[in-house]
Amino acid sequence: MTDDRIAGLLLTQEIASFLYAEAELLDERRHDEWLALLADDIRYWMPMRRNVKYGDTTREFTREAEDISWFDEGKETLVRRVRQIQTGIHWAEEPQSRITHMVSNVQLLQVTPNAASAREVIAKSRFLIYRNRVETETDILVGKREDTLRRSDDGWLIARRKIILDQNVLMTKNLTFFF
Amino acid sequence: MPMNATRGYHSGLVDLTSGQISREIFVNEDIYAQEQERVFARSWLFVGHESQIPNNGDFFVSRMGEESVILCRDRSGAVRVFLNSCRHRGMKVCRYDDGNAAVFTCPYHGWSYGTDGALVGVPFFREAYHSELDKTKWGLVPVAQLACYKGTVWANWDASAPPFLEHLGEFRRFLDLILDGWDGREGQAELIGGVQKWIIPCNWKFPAENFSGDTYHNISHRSVDLVGAGPSGRSRRDYNELNVARKLHVALPDRGHQTITYALPKDHQPQAAYQNSPEVAEYFRHCEEERRRRPGSNNRLMGAPGEIFPNVALLPRQPRTLAVWHPKSAHETEVWRFFFVDRDAPQQVKNFLRDYYIRYSGPAGMTEQDDMENWNYAHAASRGVIARRYPYTYEMGMGHAVENYEWDGLQIPGRVIDLTKAQASEEPMRNLYRRWAQFMEADSWDELMPWRHETAAQAAQ
Repeated sequence: MTDDRIAGLLLTQEIASFLYAEAELLDERRHDEWLALLADDIRYWMPMRRNVKYGDTTREFTREAEDISWFDEGKETLVRRVRQIQTGIHWAEEPQSRITHMVSNVQLLQVTPNAASAREVIAKSRFLIYRNRVETETDILVGKREDTLRRSDDGWLIARRKIILDQNVLMTKNLTFFF
Repeated sequence: MPMNATRGYHSGLVDLTSGQISREIFVNEDIYAQEQERVFARSWLFVGHESQIPNNGDFFVSRMGEESVILCRDRSGAVRVFLNSCRHRGMKVCRYDDGNAAVFTCPYHGWSYGTDGALVGVPFFREAYHSELDKTKWGLVPVAQLACYKGTVWANWDASAPPFLEHLGEFRRFLDLILDGWDGREGQAELIGGVQKWIIPCNWKFPAENFSGDTYHNISHRSVDLVGAGPSGRSRRDYNELNVARKLHVALPDRGHQTITYALPKDHQPQAAYQNSPEVAEYFRHCEEERRRRPGSNNRLMGAPGEIFPNVALLPRQPRTLAVWHPKSAHETEVWRFFFVDRDAPQQVKNFLRDYYIRYSGPAGMTEQDDMENWNYAHAASRGVIARRYPYTYEMGMGHAVENYEWDGLQIPGRVIDLTKAQASEEPMRNLYRRWAQFMEADSWDELMPWRHETAAQAAQ
């Protein structure tokens, strides 16, 4: 194999490992360590999805920073969400949910400047989130993520996360967890 | 003849003499089926906003109760609302959320309807129907009454219901608080794109009574108060007016509308708010001053959660939203939440408010998440045969409401409880269920309009 192809494989594996490790932190409720993986200027965005005519792809999603979305925020709000869970009186997460993130289909869409010395990567993946809480309350959420990951001195940071959930009317009563 | 408000429904399920209401009205599936007919098929329901359909042919698929309806602007520019169901075999003629159309064509047998609802296309009309079908009788089913008020669109399936503004009565000024501009100019509200739609596992009356004016559920929101999601990064909201205002419950007994509101003193000066952003703070200070200068009594009211009977919740203060609690089953509610801003507010202000709305409201809202948990499990824990034997109490503040309330020269309509010291009352919930019981019992709208009889009696004297 050429050096380029080996570098590409190594980077894909490195990014996948990072995403699995991130999921591990969330599922183990290690929220402060999870927050440390978020760049200070992160954009965390989950649009709503409309039923539109074939081909009308731009109108299928609500627009970032223009329309209402399920999430459209930065780190300050994400930190507050974690702090809210940590109060122990955030009733929607008290008692805490049992959550598992399945992450798969990791693909690198863009690598800057190249795989051997990547500083920034755009990675797409699939998620399946299983949430079970209290007794039998269960939600299954499936969709895609598009992450911009940035290399820092401490390792990879998430600089942007676009979350595409495959639902129209949200079939989950709340979104008290992270994607 | 005025309604006997304490007659209750089904021998006392709603007993307003003792202030007790049976859990059956929330969890009983027969009662749910009945209220679809008696409440939702006869009431004025919110359908959408004209800013969603600016051009001819634009449509927005909405709901009225359990049913899908199409809100559309026809080819001549008139606003229309139809049942979204083909007259031939019932297929939904539109399964898009919104868009623009010249005709709505049913994907089953191909009947097509104009934007005015008229049946315009029937495949094999000459051959199979021998040109004998009377197409004029088979258009999409239109609502019996339609009203556009300051951009909002309301509809009613009952031709005998009073006109929308008569149904609204003196509650109009509270609806105005959300639809007029922050500076008091009329009808300045526009929708931000995107309607949040989600499902809560509870009866629709749980959120309806909460938004009627539940000021008693502070513990629900203690966690968000601690971490702060408000516009200034603290608490939930910027409500500094509380320091100088009278906080009131206002209930209109003959209409079933009720709200919290704040009455400001005559010489009130705008309070500092939104300090996280100097530009936004300056914008609101400017608007409040303009509003104070404008004539009319509304410039001394500050909006707060309220409910238009039966299922429309207003939040005229920030976050400025309107929610519709669509019944889905006895045990499920589909919420649609609409978000408002002033159409000519600077983009920076709109952005600031949108951020705040999203982190406050809806399934990802740090405030509403905890409400939904409570409604979910309150409903679930009320379904058992034993639980159903024990009514809920709504006696808080019973007998303490006053009429002709006036403070510092400001008159407030309806029955009022001053919450400034009392903090909370259940007057708004009693008002909601009194009206609900009347709808469940009354056979005709004639029984539901006591105000007309009073007016007629006065004229006779």
